[in-house]
Amino acid sequence: MMATIDSALLFALTGCVLIGLGLYGFIVHAHLLRRILAFNVIGSGIFLLFGALGYLGAGQGTDPVPQALIITGIVVALSLTAFAIALVIKLAEEEKTAVLDAAKTAEDLHE
Amino acid sequence: MTGVIVSAFPAIELSIALPLVALLTAILIGGKLAPRLILAVGPLMMALTGIVAWQVAEGDPTRVELGGWEAPLGIALFADGLSSSFLLLTAIIMSAVGIVAMAGFDARDGETSRSYSFWALFYGMWAALNGVFLGADFFNLYVAIELLTITAVGMVALGGTRAAIRYLLFALAGSLAYLTGVVLLYAEAGTLDMSLLAANEGDASVRLVAGGLMTAGLLAKTALFPLHAWLPPAHGGAPAPASAMLSALVVKASFFIIVRLWFDVMPEAAGPVLVQLIGILGGTAILYGSLLALRQARLKMIIAYSTVAQLGYLFLIFPLSGGIAGEMPWAAGAWSGGMFHALAHGLAKAAAFLAAGLIIEALGHDRIDDMKGIARAMPVTVFAFGIAAISLMGLPPSGGFMAKYLMLTAALAGGHVVIALVMMAGGLLAAAYLFRPVNRAFSGSDIPEVAYVAYWRQWVPLILALLAMLLGVVSAGPYEFIQIGRAVTAEVGIE
Repeated sequence: MMATIDSALLFALTGCVLIGLGLYGFIVHAHLLRRILAFNVIGSGIFLLFGALGYLGAGQGTDPVPQALIITGIVVALSLTAFAIALVIKLAEEEKTAVLDAAKTAEDLHE
Repeated sequence: MTGVIVSAFPAIELSIALPLVALLTAILIGGKLAPRLILAVGPLMMALTGIVAWQVAEGDPTRVELGGWEAPLGIALFADGLSSSFLLLTAIIMSAVGIVAMAGFDARDGETSRSYSFWALFYGMWAALNGVFLGADFFNLYVAIELLTITAVGMVALGGTRAAIRYLLFALAGSLAYLTGVVLLYAEAGTLDMSLLAANEGDASVRLVAGGLMTAGLLAKTALFPLHAWLPPAHGGAPAPASAMLSALVVKASFFIIVRLWFDVMPEAAGPVLVQLIGILGGTAILYGSLLALRQARLKMIIAYSTVAQLGYLFLIFPLSGGIAGEMPWAAGAWSGGMFHALAHGLAKAAAFLAAGLIIEALGHDRIDDMKGIARAMPVTVFAFGIAAISLMGLPPSGGFMAKYLMLTAALAGGHVVIALVMMAGGLLAAAYLFRPVNRAFSGSDIPEVAYVAYWRQWVPLILALLAMLLGVVSAGPYEFIQIGRAVTAEVGIE
């Protein structure tokens, strides 16, 4: 009994950690590909948190609505990611760079 | 008999479905035919949204459960006076933009990826906008606003990749904040349906955090100061027809959700800190955006910074509604003024951007210093810009005047002296930054040589600008209409 409650909590906390890690990555990295990856890490964290919050308790299973919403959310995140990557490729072709702020270009290439 | 048929007509469903059909059709036919699709879709959408407005006026707010599935499982669509006003506004502006863009994004010189993708993005944006204005649950609003983001960023990318990526980064961060708020809200209430959420007060502190996250995300997409940095390069750099849609409609969609969230769904959770904070950001946006608009050298950048400023007014309804102002002779003055501002600004801003686009086509640039005498070469276009400017400044008898008059009287009645002063300063600054290009356009005495711009295209922005004017002249009707289904909090405030 105790163990199952803990595992739902564990999933929720893992989700929160992923959100935090992703947020850190989104802020500190200038390279656009890294930012898109960070966006996906945050998204996964939110979906994990959402799924864990849908747990109704031992013997009651889970609420199906969050699962349906998570699937929709994944589809949205996937299309946004594909679109973002297409834009970054276009920027790289046009300007030979994958960062927006020109001052950060040099340090970013060394990463 | 006809009344029964019209009231049973699925106009709400079709006003989302038709743009999606048009999107697929535009992709399929492409080439020379895709631009002409607007000639059929525009009138149809006007008729459909007109029927929705008629249904709302006849039978109060209208709610549709798609496929018969009820909330919380099903997808509900909901139309009241406010949402059908925005639907009509969208139909008018999109039709106007589509007609002007017919010549700019055609396939005369062979099909390009630019002309091909514009029309797909255009109809996708239309469907997403209507989805936002009709959505009755916060997750479907999420899907609609993401579709809107993708189409809007795609439009910006037609003008420049760098501005598009900057916009996308803000929008992505905004989406994540919004989604996190939605997750918390679901965990607290067990539903995301607006009417079910509104019926149950729930835990105010959880709702404040959830609503705060959702609001922060939406503010990034509305570009309220200090989250505005992406807007001027995106709106100023996109092709002019795209700028018109972005500035007039797209930024209003996320504002619309914020209004629904706090005024209709969970006013009791807001609290004075959030209300004051949003008000302060709105006031700062007015001053900051106006001052930067004064310093721009290009016409489209002036209009873009003007959007940053004018968006600020919308958020003043948070501190202004309620209090003594709620006891004014006209109910809900501040709220109604804010909604009037959204409608009038939409029409005027679309007119201004379309006029600027035609000037660019004629001159090949939009540097204000080199625009001397353009009023004599393109009188109709410059006249349209001038009329739109009158509404943006808030001079009578325009729709912009009605909006600012309602908000200003609410501010003075409620004792919000600082807000009233900021609003007046914003009006003066708007007059200053809009007078500069108009003055330049009339200066000199010779007629500059310009490229040919078809006469009928010049009339489109003028019609939009005149509609913004008309909104002020016959304001009683629209004013009554947006009150249908209005939340009580519009009158008594949300503190």
